[in-house]
Amino acid sequence: MTAALETTNLLRRFGGLVATNDVSMCLARGARHALIGPNGAGKTTLINLLTGVLAPSSGTIRLDGADITTASRSRRVELGLVRTFQINQLFPGFTPLQTVGLAVSRRLGLDRNMWRRIGSDPRVIEGSVDVLERFDLIDVMNRPTATLPYGKQRLLEIAVAIACGPRVLLLDEPAAGVPEGERGEIMDGLAALPADVTVLLIEHDMDLVFRFADRISVLVSGALLLEGTASEVAADPRVRAVYLGDASHG
Amino acid sequence: MSRAENIALAAASLRKVSAVRAAEIAFWLAALAAFALLPDQALLLSEVTITGLFALSLDLVLGYGGIVSLGHAAFFGAGAYAAGLLTKMGVTDPLLGLALSAAATALLGFVTSFLVLRGSDLTRIMVTLAVAVLLKEIANRIPGITGGADGLQGVAPGPVLGIWEFDIFGQVGFGYSLAVTFVLFLIARRFVVSPFGWSIRAVKENQLRTSAIGIPVSRRLIVVYTLAAAYAGTAGALLAQTTQFVSLDVLEFHRSANLMLMLVIGGTGYLYGGLIGALLFKLVQDAIANITPEYWEFWIGLLLVILVLIGRDRIEAIPRALLRRLRGATP
Repeated sequence: MTAALETTNLLRRFGGLVATNDVSMCLARGARHALIGPNGAGKTTLINLLTGVLAPSSGTIRLDGADITTASRSRRVELGLVRTFQINQLFPGFTPLQTVGLAVSRRLGLDRNMWRRIGSDPRVIEGSVDVLERFDLIDVMNRPTATLPYGKQRLLEIAVAIACGPRVLLLDEPAAGVPEGERGEIMDGLAALPADVTVLLIEHDMDLVFRFADRISVLVSGALLLEGTASEVAADPRVRAVYLGDASHG
Repeated sequence: MSRAENIALAAASLRKVSAVRAAEIAFWLAALAAFALLPDQALLLSEVTITGLFALSLDLVLGYGGIVSLGHAAFFGAGAYAAGLLTKMGVTDPLLGLALSAAATALLGFVTSFLVLRGSDLTRIMVTLAVAVLLKEIANRIPGITGGADGLQGVAPGPVLGIWEFDIFGQVGFGYSLAVTFVLFLIARRFVVSPFGWSIRAVKENQLRTSAIGIPVSRRLIVVYTLAAAYAGTAGALLAQTTQFVSLDVLEFHRSANLMLMLVIGGTGYLYGGLIGALLFKLVQDAIANITPEYWEFWIGLLLVILVLIGRDRIEAIPRALLRRLRGATP
């Protein structure tokens, strides 16, 4: 079976600095995979390489077996590689319904239509309502996004990505900045992700990582330190050293 | 709530976005009434209408695409010269001349849109300004074609649809400009509530997210910029045809700057802002110029300062806000 997402010897240099060093990862279809690492480990660079914001210096990226190393950003979304952002990137003046509706229109290839009115296609409405219901946003679907509580905005961030119909979803710190009281909502949102969508979760919150992911990769200084199940990673002395400080220093 | 109910709710609220409001019908009926009842003001109202169409085109760029332009007169002027020259070359049918001028300015908009894609707001202001200045200088340097500083004289378009000859009182000119503006408005209104138009608003709201849902941002901006250029060109062409004269003034900086002021007055992002802003601006300008021909710019400036200090709400929101205050004062 081909992997949903696979990188081979992915490398990115910024001048003399190697931000991503020879990363080879493989995510099986439907995987719940987490990528962890201390600050500056190169997690953001890796996401930018995967989504096409940056071009790799060498190495390849495959999505469902197809080489997407040089594909444009929008082409990757079309092929089913979608991301969320660590800092909310939403449309403040749109309602959640309008936001999700636009993403669904795009998925159905209707976004180039200059003559139909928005909302005139029942497939867009149904698709949008499905996503809004799934992420518990239906009650606020007609409020401007800027007025929503932060937790709801984080959920919308995930909902928009799902509305794009991803095969592989990159979640960039979905719980970042969410107050304690609204964390449950985010956990529910993550649990509500469709089972057939492959998820790569980049997260600092270890509690969330261990609850959500079945496999974990640890990135340190741009290179993969190890990859394994949650319990393997939790037990590994090197990971402890990275996260809790090296024993020789402390 | 059930899924069916949610779907019905969602459909209803999306439909509301494109629904025609009573105030809109009243607006256009008022325009029609002005045509029927104010024949002696036709020259001024014709100018207002043309300027309104021009401002509407800037609204497409600024209010929807989020592109700040201080050189929109480039397209207005190009359209005016195109229409003037076409008429002199024998294309005397006004509508054909209009369509060809619009096509020519669309091409100019398409080519220059690539300059506008680069950089931030400040860069865009400079680039759009530079394009307008360049065009004006070119028009100034080729008097053999444009008439240079003397202007393009002897523009004599034929009758509209072969029926209505342009008269010196501007009645036909006003009706013609109003009809063209109305049709183009309807097209723009339909365009901005289409999925495509919605994706252009999305670009203004957040470029990063728009590209992350797979919408090619640059291509969307090129389309809206090209469309707006065609609209501005049409407005310029209308001016050339109805006044039967084109001067370098159509490319002047003050045209672009005043246009921005009109949008500030009328508000952006709902299409009527340009029309209302142009109407108020031109009426106030006309009224003040009648009182103090020398210092009208001072009064316009003062008015703008007051307007900005009071609040930058859309002009349409002011009556409602006043009503709220009155009610609040007398409970």
